[in-house]
Amino acid sequence: MKYQSQKVAYWFFALSMLLLFLQLVYGFIMGFAHAGFDGLHEFIPFNTAKAVHTNLLVVWLLSGFMGAAYYIIPEEAQHELVSVKLAYVQLISLALVGVTAIVGYHFNYWEGRKFLEIPRPLDYLVVVNVLLFMGLIIMTLIKGKRKTTTALVLTMGLLFAALLYLPGMIDFDSQVMDSFFRWWVVHLWVEGVWELIMGGILSFLLIKLTGVDREVIEKWLYVIVGLTFLSGILGTGHHYYYIGVNKIWLIVGGIFSALEPLAFLAMALFAVNMYRKGEKKHPNKIALYWTLGSAIVSFIGAGLLGFAHTLPQTNLYTHGTLVTAMHGHLAFWGAYAMIVFAIISYALPNLTGRKFYDSPNGRLAF
Amino acid sequence: MLSKKQAQIFFLGGTAVTFLIFIGLTVFSLSKAQDQSNTDKITAAVVRGKHLWESNNCMGCHTIMGEGGYYAPELTKVIERRGEGYVKAALMSPVAWEPNGRKMGPYKMTSEQADDMVAFFNWIGEIDLNGFETVVSPLAKDAK
Repeated sequence: MKYQSQKVAYWFFALSMLLLFLQLVYGFIMGFAHAGFDGLHEFIPFNTAKAVHTNLLVVWLLSGFMGAAYYIIPEEAQHELVSVKLAYVQLISLALVGVTAIVGYHFNYWEGRKFLEIPRPLDYLVVVNVLLFMGLIIMTLIKGKRKTTTALVLTMGLLFAALLYLPGMIDFDSQVMDSFFRWWVVHLWVEGVWELIMGGILSFLLIKLTGVDREVIEKWLYVIVGLTFLSGILGTGHHYYYIGVNKIWLIVGGIFSALEPLAFLAMALFAVNMYRKGEKKHPNKIALYWTLGSAIVSFIGAGLLGFAHTLPQTNLYTHGTLVTAMHGHLAFWGAYAMIVFAIISYALPNLTGRKFYDSPNGRLAF
Repeated sequence: MLSKKQAQIFFLGGTAVTFLIFIGLTVFSLSKAQDQSNTDKITAAVVRGKHLWESNNCMGCHTIMGEGGYYAPELTKVIERRGEGYVKAALMSPVAWEPNGRKMGPYKMTSEQADDMVAFFNWIGEIDLNGFETVVSPLAKDAK
């Protein structure tokens, strides 16, 4: 750890892992309900468990991404974070908004829109929270000694993620319009700007772990995020096949979403090649496992399993079924959960001074 | 060999072009001439029904137009399949509704609220879903 202010990341990672644990608990509640054991129905009906499960996913990943940014940006910009105090204010307010939303879901306090269940007053607080976070990151970058591609791609991903939250706050009388713009948030997050965040973290980790020249890694980072947007933006169309909008999306969505696995394939090839090319053997093997694992599993979960049902002719029969949930689970696991584990595995020994680089427990967890 | 500058241009240029096409297609497909959802038939009752749908997070269990929780039946064509009376009875029931083992808590809606929900489902049921309306979902086994 080169800068004291990077320590803020520790608490974001801690919050992230706590929320992951809670997410798993609610996942089990849903799994048991599916299997016919719905004993908690009076207190936690399925729709509550589902809202909590999916929203906890979003918040723990965001908390992980924010921790990653607070760790990576000072090191990349070669400058202390502009305000550690405000970063802690941001952490506490994020936790408070998240907990309030989750408690509210148990008392019918929600918007009832898949993935975006957070009630409107709390939406405004989320916006304020994210503005504070972005302010701290951007100010640190501006005051920093250098502006690297890795830092810019990561910041761009975080900034676009913040901006794309806004279309989800527009009120519509039509369910079709509601659904259309809900995907601007959900799809363009998950299959767009979050991949920029993932790419930024992946690039930082590969530079640190493999010792390959930054210029080489960052050049390929541009190619990968270029492929992501080239396919992912128009790939939004695969959500528009059967929700009551024009048939043009069957063609556009079909072609471009079929190209989406290319970005993930490029990411997997990129990570493995950089590892092979690298001459430096960093002792933190666990971080390396999660980093390479993330690039490979995201190709399987997001790329291959997504491709399996993305063509309109297939999607006609899988739309509205658990096939979507199956793909969603491995995609999120590979692309986002594993990259958060990778950055935590890399950062924690540096933050705590405990060099658990290659413990049996770490290998077992992997 | 590709330079970093060229890679940057590929990223920024590709993003700008696809984003502009995306905006263009959005404007086109949401234009009045392309409307497939009978927007002019959205009455005050349909809007109230949509608010009830959202405030009770029905999507957390059910799906509509294929989107939702994958736990309880798909409701796009529910009025056609079950009829208004059945739907109203389920929504107004003072006790939990559990016809096939899976339980829906008692929403105890008033007759007016249930009418609004029916209006919402009726409007949804008339949307042209590019063929999905004939499939609806494997849960809707009796769909035509």
